[in-house]
Amino acid sequence: MNADNPLIKVTNLEKVFGKKGEISTHALDNVSIDINRGDVLVVVGPSGSGKSTFLRCLNLLEVPTGGSVIFEGQDITDPRNNINKLRMKMGMVFQQFNLFPHMTVLKNMTIGPVKLLKKSQQEAEKTAMELLERVGLADRAGSYPNQLSGGQKQRIAIVRALCMNPDVMLFDEPTSALDPEMVGEVLDVMKALAKQKMTMICVTHEMGFAREVASRVVFMENGRIIEDNSPKEFFENPTNPRLKEFLDKVL
Amino acid sequence: MFDVFIQKLYANFIQDDRYMYIVNGFFTTCKIALVAIVIGLLLGFVIAIIRSSYDMNKDHSKNGLGSILLSLANKICNLYLTIIRGTPVVVQLLIIYFVIFSTVNVNKTFAAICAFGFNSAAYVAEIVRGGIMSIDKGQLEAGRSLGFSYPLTMIFIILPQAIKNVLPALGNEFIVLIKETSVAGYIAIEDLTKGGDIIRSRTYSAFIPLITVACIYLIVVLVLSKLLNILERRLRAGER
Repeated sequence: MNADNPLIKVTNLEKVFGKKGEISTHALDNVSIDINRGDVLVVVGPSGSGKSTFLRCLNLLEVPTGGSVIFEGQDITDPRNNINKLRMKMGMVFQQFNLFPHMTVLKNMTIGPVKLLKKSQQEAEKTAMELLERVGLADRAGSYPNQLSGGQKQRIAIVRALCMNPDVMLFDEPTSALDPEMVGEVLDVMKALAKQKMTMICVTHEMGFAREVASRVVFMENGRIIEDNSPKEFFENPTNPRLKEFLDKVL
Repeated sequence: MFDVFIQKLYANFIQDDRYMYIVNGFFTTCKIALVAIVIGLLLGFVIAIIRSSYDMNKDHSKNGLGSILLSLANKICNLYLTIIRGTPVVVQLLIIYFVIFSTVNVNKTFAAICAFGFNSAAYVAEIVRGGIMSIDKGQLEAGRSLGFSYPLTMIFIILPQAIKNVLPALGNEFIVLIKETSVAGYIAIEDLTKGGDIIRSRTYSAFIPLITVACIYLIVVLVLSKLLNILERRLRAGER
């Protein structure tokens, strides 16, 4: 594969909820965007604008009704491609953490590498412990998820995804379910990740994070990408009137 | 007064080795109940997984062969549940022995095992399906996003949590099943209930044999619920 090719190439992506003939919602309307290796793409927009749907279409948690998503040269919407193999290279972090409550933190992190990447338990645990060390939670390896705070859960969820050694990380409003004083610790982990040149796509309401960490900021409304710019231009010289209005409200 | 009681005990249990009706009946009941529980669990889980997989996947159904098969399997399961849950177990037992197995000469106990196993499967299926549906959708998404296929997500992530949640209801179903086997006498199986009843008909004293039978059922059920309690605590250990 040519290194100049975008990591993810989204073309005319469309998602309509509801069956034909019924009242349907156009969650995504002709979305096209290229995401390159090393990009930290932050997606913002009012609620209901299709940000989360867009993100979930990228790893087929939501099946798009039209268009294509080419990830590392393979169309993920093509049923002939093994979606499970492709998903192993796309880490995902959810708003509600979605840790497995019946497993310890360590088991949460090693089950993927052991069962899917066929790593040995020791090898997987070594990687997991290194990652836990990095986010400052090595002492919680033996805990169960509901013994942790929200911020700790989300940091574990991030390193669980990292254990699979993904090529891109998808974040679906990772800080929205957290108490305000815990937002910082999660954002710090994400910032560190961005510094290591991890490709990240992040749906968030944290404008500070977007301004500071993003390499590109995208504004979505009514299922369309309205603005795609560097954070400096995005926040300082917004051209689109809807974006101006949005920024006035949130900043 | 006490002498009369001793005399009755002798007549009901010792004379002509009548206690053997109870002993043999107990083992027959245990055999039927145990094998039926296993059949019920296996078949019940299969039905539950088919039904919940259909429910979870129907909103983004692809029109492949797989989803057609799943839809067909779901219809068959629904029909099965409707018939089994809509008719009494005694009637099912009679139909299986006198209609379905009428031409082949099968062991009565085998017919009873089939009847109670297939009956229990329908109830187990709905209990387990409830357990599967009670697990947050995020768990499925988290498993899938790591790269687990749907079946692997079921095995490693959904089912372990679902089983833990439905264990009390499953235990209840086992208890009901054990007691339900007491109707096996309808096809002349000498199970525990029938054994007690045979003694009653020989000795013309109802109190002692029937109360004995009731006590044995009670003990079996108490032991079973104790075991389930221990299992439940084991599974929940460490989580809280």
